[in-house]
Amino acid sequence: MTTENLELFEVFVRPKRGLDHKHVGSLHAEDKEQALEYARDVYTRRTEGISIWVVKSGDICASQEDDRESFFDPSDDKPYRHATYYPLPKEISNM
Amino acid sequence: MTQPSHNEVNRQQDLISYFVRLGDDAIVLGHRMSEWVSNGPFLEEDIALGNVALDYIGRARMFYGHAATLSGDGKTEDDFAFLRDEREFQNYLINELPRGDFAYTIVRQLMVDLYNKHFLQALKSSADETLVAIAEKASKETSYHCRRSKSWTLRLGDGTAESHRRMQLAIDEIWGYSHELFETDDLEKRLINTGIAVNCEQLKALWLADIEAVFNEAGLTIPELTWTVRGGRSGYHTEHLGHLLTQMQFVYRSFPGATW
Repeated sequence: MTTENLELFEVFVRPKRGLDHKHVGSLHAEDKEQALEYARDVYTRRTEGISIWVVKSGDICASQEDDRESFFDPSDDKPYRHATYYPLPKEISNM
Repeated sequence: MTQPSHNEVNRQQDLISYFVRLGDDAIVLGHRMSEWVSNGPFLEEDIALGNVALDYIGRARMFYGHAATLSGDGKTEDDFAFLRDEREFQNYLINELPRGDFAYTIVRQLMVDLYNKHFLQALKSSADETLVAIAEKASKETSYHCRRSKSWTLRLGDGTAESHRRMQLAIDEIWGYSHELFETDDLEKRLINTGIAVNCEQLKALWLADIEAVFNEAGLTIPELTWTVRGGRSGYHTEHLGHLLTQMQFVYRSFPGATW
């Protein structure tokens, strides 16, 4: 048996309450129920999580490497978008 | 200090034997499942099979470990797993059958997992608190095992003509080994009277209803075969157990005390 008839899923695990789901990897499965089972087996047996999301990889809309410049460059010349741009008044010492 | 009475000694021996045979069921099946590691149909399923194997081996450690404590003669869990011969193992025969193809493995798992679901549920009412604690832990694993084997049975039974054929073939080959799961011997009868052991005879109707429901949905049928093989609880095994034990035990026996 090969994985060519299986779908690819991306796996997100929330390690503990209060934290965000984090992308941990991907896996092959027949459907979303099986993907959830496998996600538990493959990604959570040692560091127990409290919640898992699986998403079909094809359903993720991702930015393209080619678009990197138009997507991310413009903010480089707008330093005022960063908090560090603003000088702090002397009165505030512990920031 | 008073010597324990003859009856007390026998009761203690019965309890140890019960723990050991439950350990035997778990380790033999766990070992069979572990044979899939690196041979699984694809990576994710390989890992899942390995996880189930580990659940069973962990269960064997709990049963053997407590048997060793009760023995109080310096025995460890390893002595039970690695230093006993075929005739001393009392596992049900269904657990020692070869792993077969994937359909065969899934059919055996479905039968054993559903059996364990009802067995462990009943074991939670045992008068022995260690058995209750093990049952609590193991039944969580077993509900996951049942989900897995049910969904694979549906997928393969109701899949292609070839997967259906293999599933039905496996059922026909394994069915005759399912009957002894619901028989009790003298040891178990004595322990049932003291509220310790599970009366397996009472589990059959529940188990059969579960199996029928899954088979119906998967388009599979219970064979009308009348043959039955039994003997595991008395130490009479198929030819497969000896081979399994030589593989499982040879490192421990060749290098006693080896650690890594």
